[in-house]
Amino acid sequence: MPAPRPYTLVAELSYQCPLHCPYCSNPVDIGGERYRTELETEHWTRVFHEARAMGVLQLALTGGEPMLRRDLDELVAAGREAGLYSTLVTAGTRFTRERAEQLKAAGLDHVQVSIQSPDAEENDRIGGIRSFDRKIAAARAARELGFPLTINCVLHRQNLDRIEEILALTEELGAQRLELANTQYYGWAVVNQNALIPTREQLERGEAAVQRFRERVGPRITVLWVLPDIYEDLPKPCMGGWGRTTVVIAPNGEALPCQAATTIPGLEFANVRDHSLEWIWNESDAFARFRGTDWMPEPCRSCPLGRQEEDFGGCRCQALRLTGDAAATDPVCRYSPHHDTVVAARDAAQTDEFVYRTMKRTRVAQRG
Amino acid sequence: MNRPRLVTGARLQYDDVRDEHLLLIPEGAVRLNATAAQVLELCDGERSADDIAAALSERYGGADVADDVRDLLGGMAQKGLVVDAGA
Repeated sequence: MPAPRPYTLVAELSYQCPLHCPYCSNPVDIGGERYRTELETEHWTRVFHEARAMGVLQLALTGGEPMLRRDLDELVAAGREAGLYSTLVTAGTRFTRERAEQLKAAGLDHVQVSIQSPDAEENDRIGGIRSFDRKIAAARAARELGFPLTINCVLHRQNLDRIEEILALTEELGAQRLELANTQYYGWAVVNQNALIPTREQLERGEAAVQRFRERVGPRITVLWVLPDIYEDLPKPCMGGWGRTTVVIAPNGEALPCQAATTIPGLEFANVRDHSLEWIWNESDAFARFRGTDWMPEPCRSCPLGRQEEDFGGCRCQALRLTGDAAATDPVCRYSPHHDTVVAARDAAQTDEFVYRTMKRTRVAQRG
Repeated sequence: MNRPRLVTGARLQYDDVRDEHLLLIPEGAVRLNATAAQVLELCDGERSADDIAAALSERYGGADVADDVRDLLGGMAQKGLVVDAGA
């Protein structure tokens, strides 16, 4: 069976970032030798054109902080020329009115600004840097220039009770979309699990608030709300299925089926410096390994709900982390013999202390 | 809806890889048939739904497309993809 056509290219332009969010999805070894050298402008430009020729429509310019790339305007223009719809995924601290104008002129389509909390002080504590005011200014600059705006807030135990404030701020800023992304436990979030896992009651209150907001506001603002796996008992189609819709390119040029795939031992990642994107997508081992349903073990193979083509076996990184085997059924599944590991994680010991994301030494800070 | 226009940031594009019309939106794409693509191309925030229907009717030898245009725009508005330029 030929590989399906991809829709989305996630371009992680740089792992440099002014923020230190303790749930960052970047690998924990971002400071290491592996990521010392970033791709050149020409590499990215070639990859954008190859991606479009394969069917990719959406380009996410992300990181780290993509605004730290000196050639960002050139890359935006290259994405537009290739025929891709581009989203800048930014922390906002450098997205000034002037930069916004330049990026608009270069052909940027959409801006996504992250906030860590709708409360300035808490936002700055979670992000590990004073940034709230600049984020709000960035969101306003995006709207003034006519960009569609998405606000993104990663949710966890220490900010979930502010969901009404997040919704109100989103509306006030004139955003078109709000991504309420409950923390997924890979990258730095694993390190900080005990400071992040919410209670079931927090999630239920959050979901009810989102529901009320949707009913009031209608299609004017799209709110994405995804429950964390830890309170589920059927897996999600992680990445829309392995090697099925999305390709991630790390700053060093490695092509990944998901942002966390480098945690899986035994997978080798081809580099766009050495191979065409088409070869990587169709032929490379990493993309073929868990694509489709042939690789599936039991109980997936004889799934009593027939969900093989619906959840594609769930998340490989989660399977690895909780069972020690990346090829096992995602233990979120109620039929997994390891489902008790997910249930047990709900009662993790609690702490308010964060281990902050850094490319240098490890820092720990106390709440308040 | 008096004067329909595409929601901010939406872009019509023909996907020559999949051979289909698309409406590209932030982090998504809506597949369109050829008729829907023609209707949306005319949603410039100036024309009314009746103007759009009349323009299409002229293109198709006087066929009555008013109901189809209205249904399509209604569905698109419900999804937040088309908004009223006057609102």
